[in-house]
Amino acid sequence: MPSTQKSETNGPPPPATGLWGWLNRRTGLDTLLRTALYEPIPGGARLAYVFGSGLLFIFISQVITGVFLALYYVPSADHAHTTVAYITKAVTAGSFLRSLHAYGASAMVIVLLLHLSQTYIYGAYKGRRELLWLSGCILFGLVLAMAFTGYLLPWDQRAYFATAVGTNAASEIPWIGESLKRMMRGGTEMGTLTISRFFVAHVFLIPACIFALVASHIFLFRKAGAAGPVTESPYKPEQKPEFFYPRQVLMDLSLTALLIIGLGFLCFFVPVQLGPPANPADAQYIPRPEWYYLPIFQWLKYWHGAASLIGVLIIPTVLAVAVIALPFLDRSVERRPWKRPVAMGAYAFVLFALLGLGLRSQYVDMHDPGVAQQLAKQKTEEEEYTRKPFEPALSSASLAAANVALADPLAAKGKTIFEGQSCNACHGDGGVGTAAAPALLNIAAKLSSEQLAELFKHPTAKMTAGGMPPIELPPDDLKALIAYVESLK
Amino acid sequence: MCACAGDSENTIRNLSASGSPLETRRSFLGALLGVGSVCVGALLSVPLIRFALFPLLRRTTELKSSPLGALSEFSALTEPVMRTIQIEQVDGWRKAISEKAVYVTKDRQGQLRVLTSVCPHLGCTVPWNKEKSQFICPCHGASFAPDGTRVSGPSLRGMDTLETSVQDGQLQVRFQYFRQLVSDKQVIG
Repeated sequence: MPSTQKSETNGPPPPATGLWGWLNRRTGLDTLLRTALYEPIPGGARLAYVFGSGLLFIFISQVITGVFLALYYVPSADHAHTTVAYITKAVTAGSFLRSLHAYGASAMVIVLLLHLSQTYIYGAYKGRRELLWLSGCILFGLVLAMAFTGYLLPWDQRAYFATAVGTNAASEIPWIGESLKRMMRGGTEMGTLTISRFFVAHVFLIPACIFALVASHIFLFRKAGAAGPVTESPYKPEQKPEFFYPRQVLMDLSLTALLIIGLGFLCFFVPVQLGPPANPADAQYIPRPEWYYLPIFQWLKYWHGAASLIGVLIIPTVLAVAVIALPFLDRSVERRPWKRPVAMGAYAFVLFALLGLGLRSQYVDMHDPGVAQQLAKQKTEEEEYTRKPFEPALSSASLAAANVALADPLAAKGKTIFEGQSCNACHGDGGVGTAAAPALLNIAAKLSSEQLAELFKHPTAKMTAGGMPPIELPPDDLKALIAYVESLK
Repeated sequence: MCACAGDSENTIRNLSASGSPLETRRSFLGALLGVGSVCVGALLSVPLIRFALFPLLRRTTELKSSPLGALSEFSALTEPVMRTIQIEQVDGWRKAISEKAVYVTKDRQGQLRVLTSVCPHLGCTVPWNKEKSQFICPCHGASFAPDGTRVSGPSLRGMDTLETSVQDGQLQVRFQYFRQLVSDKQVIG
């Protein structure tokens, strides 16, 4: 690399000697750091440019907290809620990390909107930066998809019903809606397969896309160069540049520090709640999405029947296409907002429409006494559930054993014989099976009582080879044993 | 890279003329930022480390004592009696309840002792044989005296005694598993 050679022969730049110098010669680390830090910003550093770095920081925080949460989380309808309760109530710092991840999602949406607004208002999508805008739009969609898929994973009442409504909303899309809904749910109903799908999307598929797009977003940013102030040309920057380091770095770090402090305090003092486990049979529960989905939620209320084609498909599609294609539609070189009345008017309109829809949905809820009361009740239930100490889930084998103990007296007597005769030594407690012998669960479905009695008295050659002795018992005891074995489920 | 890359290289060189007050100030700021970031990073990783180490710092598999009955029940004991205890094992976020059979019997001095019914040979449940007045394992025929000492058969040691205690006149036992196929009693799990 010529620049490295120069720096070694000409003297001035980096004192690339010793360990650091050697490391740089081998890895180019110092050069990389310099490339990162000495990005020229036309017109100088500004507070308005801090949001991109802020997003990157939150994204990294989400990745780290997400990986750690996965240490304890199990994505199945049976265990998802228990494991999240375990994280929230039992594991040290679990509530804090879970809150960091959950509030991090909201913070991400907020900073993303600020980043998008700044880019739009500054006309930073113009000129040479079309692809930068395009990749940003895709990232926006991916972040919303992360928020949607992650919301279900705790599998509490709030998560379950919000996702039930969310996936139902997808079915409103004409033609493909129903298939799309089934695709997301892994069937017609919400269930354990829905969790698996959302988990895979949330943990593998969407993050992979985000990594790739963040990389290309940053690459395209460096390729095109910083946009600079609104008076700068969108094609060839002319204003005196200032490097990213140190002033812009300090400004970016201030936002990061603000985010750390803000999120830290919030997570510590107002941790995220966990409601009771999802109960699909609950007909009273009123589902409400997270705040950033409220405008869409409210919007969908206005469109029914044939008109839904306009509201659910045409308007959102037109809007999305207009946003994505913005740099290609708006080719003017004018970046000053006060000279772009149409663009600013459209921005204000969309902003107020979203705000209005969101506030409207809150207003409607608060002014319907029945709804307001139920929502308040749901909130109280969440708080109560979160306060209760963690109760470990009983394993299914224990349940089988416990159930039988309560069943009919003949089976109860059979259980004593099962254990007294050491059947459980090989077939396991409650007949769940061990490495030495197969499980006896649901055997009643395969063999009749007579067949069982015969097998007990005269085991097959295969059974004998496996170590099963013939059972010699008085007829009453044999009957009890069979009753017990048949009760195993 | 963009058109300004050349400019920036020149400017870097100009800015970093060694020994200039600007360069000194810059490297001081750089060091400050580096140290600051490392400190904040270290602070932020504290909850992560505590979160990850939680299972190691907490014993979750410890077994509690289970009640067997009032001491008076066992005072007139002439032969071993079987009692079923429920043991609860917590395994992370789940727990398993299993039932274990134990025998309350007396040692040669007439003191109460509690034996696990798990055969020290290969782990079958050993029943009490009233007619022969011995414990006889149905799997491989190991036999033990009423106090649990080894009589004959493939087992290398007698039946294992369990730790007992008395609380409010109730006999309590703490269930444990022991290594099989060895001549001395070694706790496992």
